[in-house]
Amino acid sequence: MPVINYIEADGTEYSVNVAEGVSLMQGALDNMIDGIIAECGGCCVCCTCHCMIDPAWSDAAGSAAADEAEMLEMVDNTEETSRLACQVKVTSAMEGMVVRLPESQY
Amino acid sequence: MSNTESAVVIGGSHAAVQLVISLRQNGWEGSISIISDEPHLPYHRPPLSKAYLAGDISEDQLALRASAAYEKLDVSFKLGVTVVAIDTENRQLQLDSGETVHFSKLALCTGARARPLAIAGADLQAVHYLRTMDDVKGIQQSAASAKSAVIIGGGYIGLETAASLTKLGVAVTVLETESRLLQRVASETTSEFYLRLHQEQGVRVKLNTQASAILGETSVTGVSCGDKHIIDADMVIIGIGVIPNTELAKDAGLAVDNGILVNEFAQTSHADIVAAGDCTNHPNALLGRTLRLESVPNATEQAKTAAASLCGIEKPYSELPWFWSDQYDVKLQIAGINQGYTDVTIRGDKTSRSFTVFYLNNSKILAADCINRPKDFMLAKKLILQNKSIDTTVLADETAELKTLITEQ
Repeated sequence: MPVINYIEADGTEYSVNVAEGVSLMQGALDNMIDGIIAECGGCCVCCTCHCMIDPAWSDAAGSAAADEAEMLEMVDNTEETSRLACQVKVTSAMEGMVVRLPESQY
Repeated sequence: MSNTESAVVIGGSHAAVQLVISLRQNGWEGSISIISDEPHLPYHRPPLSKAYLAGDISEDQLALRASAAYEKLDVSFKLGVTVVAIDTENRQLQLDSGETVHFSKLALCTGARARPLAIAGADLQAVHYLRTMDDVKGIQQSAASAKSAVIIGGGYIGLETAASLTKLGVAVTVLETESRLLQRVASETTSEFYLRLHQEQGVRVKLNTQASAILGETSVTGVSCGDKHIIDADMVIIGIGVIPNTELAKDAGLAVDNGILVNEFAQTSHADIVAAGDCTNHPNALLGRTLRLESVPNATEQAKTAAASLCGIEKPYSELPWFWSDQYDVKLQIAGINQGYTDVTIRGDKTSRSFTVFYLNNSKILAADCINRPKDFMLAKKLILQNKSIDTTVLADETAELKTLITEQ
């Protein structure tokens, strides 16, 4: 199981195992990581699981689909590597990945 | 907060899971248990009629939290067990297993159940409702050998099921008693869009049509719509709405009226009992009225408030309701509640697969149906909360940015 390192806006770090095929969102929820709200539970409709992928892993994470990109456009604090965590499924290439979480999901 | 106290949650739902997590986050040190009449750990309900029925995701992927998460939270479960009575005086729950369970604090997350249709043949095999994971397993089993299905009810559940069964190769007929689909919840424009969408996918839609009997000896052969008009079918799904599960609360003497009555802190009429989710009738300060919602965001956000109340923290609940529906490749996001609208303004081409219907009253936006328009949805939420009169020509003008209507805060 790849280790994913979630870092909340206040610097709190969580180093957790997330099974391959599971989304970064579900990995955060299963470990009670507060920075991910996930109102819709992973259907790419609410935009409350915004995260920033460390550039070293942005290839592994791939790029956002059209609807995801449109949702992200409406979020204030996005960065170039911003994704919705529900749309990123963990793979073996993500071992050690660093995922930063925004101060607010609203 | 003493660690000898026990918090018990009835119902294995979205609300229940959020509630127990929030209890721990708020410092609850006592025991926590969830009693659910379903045999499964709590799971995501929205994908049931969509990705799960269509076979796109597995049972494992439906889990709301991995089982290890509950161990970390020190939350225990009693699954497949029904609470038959709440004894508020002795703070005891009577279970159908004969066991009794003590509680210091109680949370009712009992949700809702499918509204039954009382017509002949409704108890035949291959007649299904769609509310639980086991319901969907039954539908999948029937669909494996069925060539055709009748869906009774042209609301969101019926239409999502129609889309998923079509994907599975079953020929679908939808029966709707009203003169249009989604009549109770959407504008004519939205209704017309979904009628066209389903017809294009090969679904037969019969409006102004009431099922009078389901035909067959043991298995289903068809549905009679009165006037000797019979539609052949190998399976039937009934989706005519839900009934909130309020009986336990009512029998325990709690105030109930179209849902368990709670205040903005999710407290029932009993000091140590809270309720959250589809089963509650609650006030919403943003809307200026009370309402009962069938919605995941409502369940989870109200559960946070309920957990705070049990920990002695005041966290009033007042969120803008929102909903979504996936059918084929069309994603509908609904912001707000359209009740009381007097006008609609359309942004985009209503004959295309991407437009937004804004519902207005007195030039103020109450709600929006955003069809394949995620950006409009995000902005509509802000515009509704702004609660100001709006220039509808900008709403309707695709060359004008919606953002310009948002007043800086």
